[in-house]
Amino acid sequence: MGSTAYISLKDVVFSRSGRRIFDGITLDIPRGKITAIMGPSGTGKTTLLRLIGGQLRPDSGSVRVDGHEVPRLKRKALYALREKMGMLFQSGALFTDLSVFENVAFPLRVHTKLPEDMIHDIVLMKLEAVGLRGARHLMPSELSGGMTRRVALARSIALDPELIMYDEPFAGQDPIAMGVLVKLIRDLNSSMGLTSVLVSHDVPESLSICHYACIIADGKVIGEGTPEELKAHPSDQVQQFLQGQPDGPVPFHYPADDAGKDFGLGGGA
Amino acid sequence: MLDRIASLGRLGLDIVASLGRSGRFLAGVLSGVPRPVTGFPLLVKQIYAVGVLSLAIVVVSGLFIGMVLGLQGYTILSDYGSEAAIGQMIALTLVRELGPVVTALLFAGRAGSALTAEIGLMKATEQLSSMEMMGVDPLRRVIAPRLWAGFIAMPILALIFSVVGIWGGMLVGVEWLGVFEGSFWGNMQSSVDFVDDVMNGFIKSVVFGFVCAWIAVFQGYDCVPTSAGISSATTKTVVYSSLAVLGLDFVLTAVMFGDF
Repeated sequence: MGSTAYISLKDVVFSRSGRRIFDGITLDIPRGKITAIMGPSGTGKTTLLRLIGGQLRPDSGSVRVDGHEVPRLKRKALYALREKMGMLFQSGALFTDLSVFENVAFPLRVHTKLPEDMIHDIVLMKLEAVGLRGARHLMPSELSGGMTRRVALARSIALDPELIMYDEPFAGQDPIAMGVLVKLIRDLNSSMGLTSVLVSHDVPESLSICHYACIIADGKVIGEGTPEELKAHPSDQVQQFLQGQPDGPVPFHYPADDAGKDFGLGGGA
Repeated sequence: MLDRIASLGRLGLDIVASLGRSGRFLAGVLSGVPRPVTGFPLLVKQIYAVGVLSLAIVVVSGLFIGMVLGLQGYTILSDYGSEAAIGQMIALTLVRELGPVVTALLFAGRAGSALTAEIGLMKATEQLSSMEMMGVDPLRRVIAPRLWAGFIAMPILALIFSVVGIWGGMLVGVEWLGVFEGSFWGNMQSSVDFVDDVMNGFIKSVVFGFVCAWIAVFQGYDCVPTSAGISSATTKTVVYSSLAVLGLDFVLTAVMFGDF
């Protein structure tokens, strides 16, 4: 898939506070598809997204996004590249001093010179897409967790990006909110032709919508392929992760003791 | 023993690293050319937040400090029969020293801590990160308006403090204790020099405003993004700002008034 890869990581090594988080990770993320990156909590999934977004620089190795070598980009080029990226943060990261409408309008106001009535229409269209047109006057403090994430999603697609990165979109969501997010991620990907990167440890939801998935543990990719290929993957580690999750006491969170021991994480994080 | 030397060395390195980070941070904030169309409304909003909202505490403190100066001055000066010099004493004390220094201390406690907590919380809730990922530089969008607002608001607050303080001193000295009004203002007018006293005090307040705002926004931006980290950053803002103001006040006073 080399020629169609939108994001390509090669031999990426990254350490933080003396601890090696990625130990020569190599990964291709195909254009126009949903790619799930899974792994236990603390394996550096979010760090991976920050490396792709250029917020962190690897110690060595190459991070290419749409042909650009991200760590080498100058500040201006990096900010220009980021305009083509949307990122949905785990907390939503809405600006607490702005209303829902103004949050979604923020990237449009900063990056475009569109007239006010057009910004109004675009914001309402984006909010309509996530089902929250009626909530435009609310402040972020008045929203539920699921609604916060949907507003954040509307904001991250405001500039019609080519790439959207979801950081644990399902974590801490009730089943209905989770169902809504699964539907939104799938619909947005097909209707806007986005490249989607989904970082999650919620195996069933992630595998149900992704075209391609990879599992990270111990700073390396331990398994990758289509959901079907992964389900038939010979590695015990991969199977333990895929099947271990629903058996844990907290189904959508960090695997229970037995899985942790089998991964040989020794302290995790 | 070796451990102590090592920890002393580590402390030194930490301090140097922190100074370096704050210097680079300042360069990053100041290097961006502000865009008038988007930048001006943000600046006005922050001047309101750090300046106008600090007015109450500054005016009330100024009034009481002026009144206390009036009382104390009268008590001391009347022993020598020179209570008419009270206006000159109050004005010089406020304009040269207390105006800039006390306003800066109040400013660090009222506005500086709020700036640190706000920026720290924005960092903890990933608002700064999400801004970066939207291609918006938080140094320019969030930090720069707050730094400039502190820089602009602080000298104005110090001037207001001095004016209100002189008025408070007049209330006590003239209205209450019966010092002759003509000699109160006359002595003040003949002894307070615009350049030597008013301008030097103004320069002090400009320096203090810059240092307080810098410390506040840097501590917020550099904090550990947890509740404990934000609380420690807020404390550091108040402590460092106060120490910096008092230390710099001595240096500036020595430079301005030290040629005997």
